[in-house]
Amino acid sequence: MTRDTGRRQADAVACTGLAHAFDDTSAVDGLDLTVRPGEVFGLLGPNGAGKTTAIRCITTLLPVPAGMVRVFGHDAAGDRMAVRRLLGYVPQQLSADAGLTGRENVALFARVFDVPRRERAERVAQALAAVDLADAADRLAATYSGGMVRRLELAQALVSAPRLLILDEPTIGLDPIARTGVWEHIGAVRAATGMTVLVTTHYMDEADQYCDRVALMHRGRIRALGTPAELRERLGARRRAAPGALPTLEDVFRDVAGSGLDDEAGDFRDVRSTRRTARRVG
Amino acid sequence: MSEAPAAPPAGSADPAPAHGIDLLLKPPRPRAAWRLLPARVGAMCAVELQKLRHDRTELYTRAVQPALWLLIFGQTFTRIRAIPTGGIPYVDYLAPGIIAQSAMFIAIFYGIQIIWERDAGILNKLLVTPTPRSALITGKAFAAGVKSLVQAVVVLLIAALLGVALTWNPLKLLAVAAIVVLGSAFFSCLSMTIAGIVLSRDRLMGFGQAITMPLFFGSNALYPVSVMPGWLQAASRANPLSYEVDALRGLLLGTPHHLASDFAVLLVAAALGVTAASALLGRLAR
Ligand SMILES: Nc1ncnc2c1ncn2[C@@H]1O[C@H](COP(=O)(O)OP(=O)(O)OP(=O)(O)O)[C@@H](O)[C@H]1O
Ligand SMILES: [Mg+2]
Repeated sequence: MTRDTGRRQADAVACTGLAHAFDDTSAVDGLDLTVRPGEVFGLLGPNGAGKTTAIRCITTLLPVPAGMVRVFGHDAAGDRMAVRRLLGYVPQQLSADAGLTGRENVALFARVFDVPRRERAERVAQALAAVDLADAADRLAATYSGGMVRRLELAQALVSAPRLLILDEPTIGLDPIARTGVWEHIGAVRAATGMTVLVTTHYMDEADQYCDRVALMHRGRIRALGTPAELRERLGARRRAAPGALPTLEDVFRDVAGSGLDDEAGDFRDVRSTRRTARRVG
Repeated sequence: MSEAPAAPPAGSADPAPAHGIDLLLKPPRPRAAWRLLPARVGAMCAVELQKLRHDRTELYTRAVQPALWLLIFGQTFTRIRAIPTGGIPYVDYLAPGIIAQSAMFIAIFYGIQIIWERDAGILNKLLVTPTPRSALITGKAFAAGVKSLVQAVVVLLIAALLGVALTWNPLKLLAVAAIVVLGSAFFSCLSMTIAGIVLSRDRLMGFGQAITMPLFFGSNALYPVSVMPGWLQAASRANPLSYEVDALRGLLLGTPHHLASDFAVLLVAAALGVTAASALLGRLAR
């Protein structure tokens, strides 16, 4: 089943030719993506680029209608349970159960990942402490701020010791301090565990600072890939920028998202997809 | 990486035990396949009980209606003696029906909770855990059962206060609990199935309201099947609520019953419900 594993350590994520369409909207359209074990990989791209859809295919939430998705060598379409056991997932929207305390929220995930009873309480406490929520653990999640909910979700994802942590816009809607807080906790946990992180974000400064490699996605496909520095240098070379004044990652983003690819810019498809995105977010 | 884990805090009573992260480094061992379902059911039921502990208002507000049914309808019809109850006071006859009804009401609206969890992103996160969809639905169904059961206890107490002569035989009460949980598991699956079809809270609310009354009045909860017109008798035979009420009445009051077949019907209905709701759960994940 997994021919290429064994020979070398399997890639954390390997997508080849992944495609997914909603009715008439093609969200992911032939995505090729490789995330190496242990790296922090940033998936960037404008609204509606297909980042969330790609992630939902990788997490087994959506079927894989075309192409192939493997997580550490396991087929995301065929071997779903094995894939899920390796994943920690924090979705785009804030999603803790407001009717439970922080501790109960994390304990639920410990239970559904089969943490044995005797180590459950301690493991939950460690996950909460790792994101600095030990003191607020017994308050209802309804009383948490946005940044706290995000950290709580991080604890929920970490309690099962995932090998791959998938974060869909972990810092969306957070203030700058909370954003830094979330990233610092991600960084600390990764340093301690060596887990792989796949993250999407709209904040180019975050991607530049915290990601080992980034991919720029547009219209369902990867349009640029490399370390943040490589991408900036590549654009700088094309624009013949002075060595001292390299373009920022944001310039790279603008270059890709607003490039000639955008021949249909502003047409009905765009308006409709923006509306759909807006509806889902708000 | 794992140097001597600093002596684990034995009693985690002290305010700020210094937690390491040694446990977060090793993934838990998967349970044996046969233990997966009971474990997930246990997890979902625990969540339901925790929620009830944090917020009991629903428990109290939902007790008002059954109390009124017993108090007003029950007492009045006891005096009128219009309904053939086989010699017992009507309020006694009614009590098991009202227990079944209030349990059903909770279960029928349980699908709203799953849509809410979908909208809040919680369902998606649960679907990315090693939990097969059928196990998730079974867990939710039994969680609805637990919630209904707590409600049933409240109604049982109200009935006892109103002087209904109920059994206190613990074995029979245990059987009552099993019947209530099974019945609620079925109705919550019905609700989650409809949720998977209509995909919106408002529409599910409408559906729920549209089916609860026909299910209630088309059952033996208020009157024996024998007084119904022929077509309604046929409908009642297809209505799981009738089997639930029949079993509860037999267990709580000692009236003639068909316990084994009632139990079997509810079990099959719940299994069919789990199958249907699991098949449609994917639509909620889109
Ligand atoms: N459930 C859905 N039903 C229909 N269309 C959808 C659905 N989810 C996404 N889409 C469409 O698929 C396309 C890609 O959406 P997706 O959410 O993957 O983009 P994204 O890159 O995550 O955007 P954002 O940055 O806004 O989160 C968009 O056109 C969107 O409207
Ligand atoms: Mg998205």
